[in-house]
Amino acid sequence: MTAVTIVFALMFYVVTALLLGGLAWKIAGYARTPAPLRIPTTPAPPHARGVVLRMAREVVLFESLFKSSKWIWGLGWLFHVALALVLLRHLRYFTEPVWAAVALVQPFGLYASFAMVAALAGLWARRIFVERIRYISTPSDHLMLVLLIAIGATGLAMKYVAHTDIVAAKAFMLGLLYFDWQPLPADPVLLVHLALVAALMATFPASKLLHAPGIFFSPTRNQADDSRERRHLSSWAAELER
Amino acid sequence: MAVAEFETPRLKEYPVIPILQAGAMAHSRPFVAAAPIQKALGFPGELVENWQEKAIARMGELLAKYRSLKVYLDACVHCGACADKCHYFLGTGDPKNMPVARQDLMRKIYRRYFTVTGRYFPKVVGAEGLTREVLDEWYTYFNQCSECRRCSVFCPYGIDTAEITMAAKEIMDAIGMGQKYSNEIIGKVHKIGNNLGLPGPALEDTLAGLEEDIKDDTGADVKLPLDVRGAEVLLVTPSADFFSEPHVESLIGYAKVFHQAGISWTLSSHASEAGNFGLFIGNYEQMRKISMRVREAALELGVKRIAVGECGHAWRVAYSFWNTLIGPFDFLDRNYPAPQHICEVTYELIRRGALTLDKEANDQRIVTFHDSCNVARGSRMGSMPRGQFIIPREIIKACVNHFHDMAPETIHENTFCCGGGGGLLTDDLIELRVKGALPRMEAFKQVVDEHGVNFMATICAICKAQFSKVLPYYKFDMDMVGGVHQLVGSAIRLGPK
Repeated sequence: MTAVTIVFALMFYVVTALLLGGLAWKIAGYARTPAPLRIPTTPAPPHARGVVLRMAREVVLFESLFKSSKWIWGLGWLFHVALALVLLRHLRYFTEPVWAAVALVQPFGLYASFAMVAALAGLWARRIFVERIRYISTPSDHLMLVLLIAIGATGLAMKYVAHTDIVAAKAFMLGLLYFDWQPLPADPVLLVHLALVAALMATFPASKLLHAPGIFFSPTRNQADDSRERRHLSSWAAELER
Repeated sequence: MAVAEFETPRLKEYPVIPILQAGAMAHSRPFVAAAPIQKALGFPGELVENWQEKAIARMGELLAKYRSLKVYLDACVHCGACADKCHYFLGTGDPKNMPVARQDLMRKIYRRYFTVTGRYFPKVVGAEGLTREVLDEWYTYFNQCSECRRCSVFCPYGIDTAEITMAAKEIMDAIGMGQKYSNEIIGKVHKIGNNLGLPGPALEDTLAGLEEDIKDDTGADVKLPLDVRGAEVLLVTPSADFFSEPHVESLIGYAKVFHQAGISWTLSSHASEAGNFGLFIGNYEQMRKISMRVREAALELGVKRIAVGECGHAWRVAYSFWNTLIGPFDFLDRNYPAPQHICEVTYELIRRGALTLDKEANDQRIVTFHDSCNVARGSRMGSMPRGQFIIPREIIKACVNHFHDMAPETIHENTFCCGGGGGLLTDDLIELRVKGALPRMEAFKQVVDEHGVNFMATICAICKAQFSKVLPYYKFDMDMVGGVHQLVGSAIRLGPK
């Protein structure tokens, strides 16, 4: 067992714990906090079924963003869809045998990786060249884009420039899952790629990536327009009625 | 008070996103509430000594009480979807009036005191300590948000800047830095019963005077009853309707509608205000206390129905919050189990053929409709989706022959705030109000030029007061704004149907 293997194995256990624990803690916090008043942005659906549809359109199609700006929507949506395909493609490193759907998605995931990096570059260009967006950008906004681009670039490099031993890489990943550690190839590009992914996982619950769970808890989007029919007394507001 | 000179923005042919002018509105601050005003609402009279500690503590409490605040301070990715959507940004070019930048005034404090990254890497994530400079910036820019929620329509996560502005006002009130205009008005409601501070006897006189005016105009004995026990409908309307122009014309319109439909109704001296500035300062207790007067009046007078006059934020509170705040309304008529908007009342009567409307009476008017933000994005009317857009327009079309909507990106849920909502309708903010009206004025000018529109109907007391004041700055006549029920009032043919 090489030192690299031990370091990376431990690192992945730690960041996975941070990611899952952090997200669970944040989500529990959102869920526990009352929403004392109905504030859906109207027109809003009057029933739960409509709310599910509204949320689905928001999550899958980025409906509100589409209304706002076709540029941000185009780049943002492209990035997210490409990322989803790339992640699906990567599932082959975590399952044995590889699921049929994952096998099917392989070529698309490959195209998607180019689209992903291109969309990220476009988003970054906006942040640099559009005055308004530059004004509202913090260093962490730039860093997050750099991190994602670097992950994509190192991934592409392993496919097209400096091949790595993916069979061994897969064995390492499966070994982590089954607590049966296997050696990790000490290939620098792979190590950088994995370290960056670990950094992304660790920062997820403490960064703006919280928009992912956050949207599901957004009262302007997840509430039905039913305040005339139903009272929505929160626990602390009920105290006032005593 | 001398108001500093400023330039009214030029109305452009096409809306243009302004070039950033940092600090362009840094000087714009409303008067701070004096000690007696603050204390009447249970807030400290002046900035407390340990204000910083108190403010952070209050923020912590609000984060535990409001999911909206908790989620919205985390979720923003600085994508910029909202950046060009705020009328105050479009009118002033001040980058801190971009919704995301306004939110960040609080977000940077939240990150510093409530997140791990902000505590250890403040520079990286844009976190900042709560200094006196930051507090002053809060007071300046959270008093440049009319809580109109236009940004929330376009945010991919539905982040509502109004929720953050309201929280900021809550925090500032809690440390003794309240805004004079809003807090003084809330005090008047508690003491006298309405925002204008109009006592019962004066109200009675005013209503009697109006009855005479209607009699002179039409020959009909239209009544404006006050505190009548056993009336069928309690009408709660913004107190501006009692003697501001053009508001009073709508009040006359409601009276004529009830008169012709033969519905007995009453106003209440106890609940002589539909407006609820508790919403503007984000204070649940105040909002509940103000609303409670309506429940008390309804029970006291034994009415069967409650109707709300033309007031945007009042309708948001009535539609979206009353049931939760002061419900249940189990004492009302089963057929009208929830408080209704006056437009819902009138629309139903029109559909039943209960009103005689003569469109020709309004033929000198070419009309457009300004959707008020709180009605458009914070409520509904009727049982059909989008009723809040359909019903007022259907009423107008039943009363006039010439109607033209403004550009689609400026109406319905995309409507632009008049520039005076959210507790900003005060003369110490006149520059902000004039500049914030720019996007609406541009859309208005377009229909004026293209269709000869000469009347902008609206269903909000603040919109009416704001436009009356601001229209002349843009070289329009102040009489060009009025209420939907003003149009109903002039179209209705009294006498037995």
